[in-house]
Amino acid sequence: MVADKPYEDIPGTWIFDAERARAGYHLNQFLYTLMKEENRKAFRADERAYLAKFKISEAQREAVLKRDWNRLLELGAVVYALAKLAFTDGRSYQYMASQMTGMSEKEYVDMMLNGGRSPDGWRSKSERGRH
Amino acid sequence: MARIVAGVGTSHTPAIGAAVDNGKAGQPYWQPLFEGYEPAKQWMAKTAPDVLIIVYNDHVNAFDFKMIPTFALGCAEEFPIADEGWGPRPVPAVKGYPELAAHLIQSLVLDEFDMTIVNEMQVDHGLTVPLTLLFGSPQQWPCRVIPLAVNVVQYPAPTGRRCYQLGQAIRRAVQSWPEDLKVVIFGTGGMSHQIQGPRAGLTNPAFDKAFLDDLSRDPERLTRIPPIEYLREAGAEAIELVMWLMMRGALGPKVEEIYRFYHIPASSTAVGHIILESR
Repeated sequence: MVADKPYEDIPGTWIFDAERARAGYHLNQFLYTLMKEENRKAFRADERAYLAKFKISEAQREAVLKRDWNRLLELGAVVYALAKLAFTDGRSYQYMASQMTGMSEKEYVDMMLNGGRSPDGWRSKSERGRH
Repeated sequence: MARIVAGVGTSHTPAIGAAVDNGKAGQPYWQPLFEGYEPAKQWMAKTAPDVLIIVYNDHVNAFDFKMIPTFALGCAEEFPIADEGWGPRPVPAVKGYPELAAHLIQSLVLDEFDMTIVNEMQVDHGLTVPLTLLFGSPQQWPCRVIPLAVNVVQYPAPTGRRCYQLGQAIRRAVQSWPEDLKVVIFGTGGMSHQIQGPRAGLTNPAFDKAFLDDLSRDPERLTRIPPIEYLREAGAEAIELVMWLMMRGALGPKVEEIYRFYHIPASSTAVGHIILESR
């Protein structure tokens, strides 16, 4: 166990560290296969059958099927690999990010057009608690 | 002798490439961004480098999770364009410079930087979007490119100080190559942005401005920013800014700022751009 994880105190964030990378290894290797069009087709045709080829946990499989993006981050997916799942669905990165924040895509785009999210209130879990 | 004459810092947001590839660059959302890079394109055309060293990160395209090199130097003749999940970008393949790359490897390793040698590699938006921003959409890229991929995907990325020191070693390595070559180095990624979790969309213009200012005024201060400060203050993916410090380290002690541009948003990113000439 890696002891020093100061970043675990940042709210709304899952830093992809060595432990998450280990837990998410097969999940991320599955996502990596979606770089190839033939694999994207096979996955779209039968998601469960495609997922059965990988040594991923039950929880990871359910989160993939539900497109539960934050749960996938928590279970060790790295966001760049996750993007390939969004692209396979014909969605944009921006759509996936908006889903992670609980906003509609329009609300998310509007927030960005207004300069983005201020770090105030989002620096630490204790600071977040005060908001 | 070969010389590093200038450095370019720029974001490499994939949506910027997609905007060009899908003919959306003139739309109101994108027009201010591309207008902001016009002076940079003119500067690049005038500078006409022979070789670019592009410091960027791969986004789980060339490298899957079997191997995650911290510093990987592309030594191939040519680097094909990766299919990142929606088909490869319709841009020319990137021509390398294997002889100079081999020299860099030898010089850097003997200078105690333990580089990974990559002889076959596809390149993704981290490398091609900066080319598009600085050169537009030519039939062939006008110069050769040596890619230097840095791990910023799995924590921890190399520290800003280590990147800066590697930049200094790159300067020594380039200067010991006998051919008369004009080299420009790119540091890409950033600036403030977070693209994951409920905190996605975070930007920090004050952090970014101080970073841009101190690239010329006080780069040593930037090398002391600890990883947690990038993550907390500027977003989980702002750690990419350590790659700008490699670019800065390669320019020598004194630089002159030639141009800067800053714009929010490109998708989820605060876009920053700077041109620094070595003095």
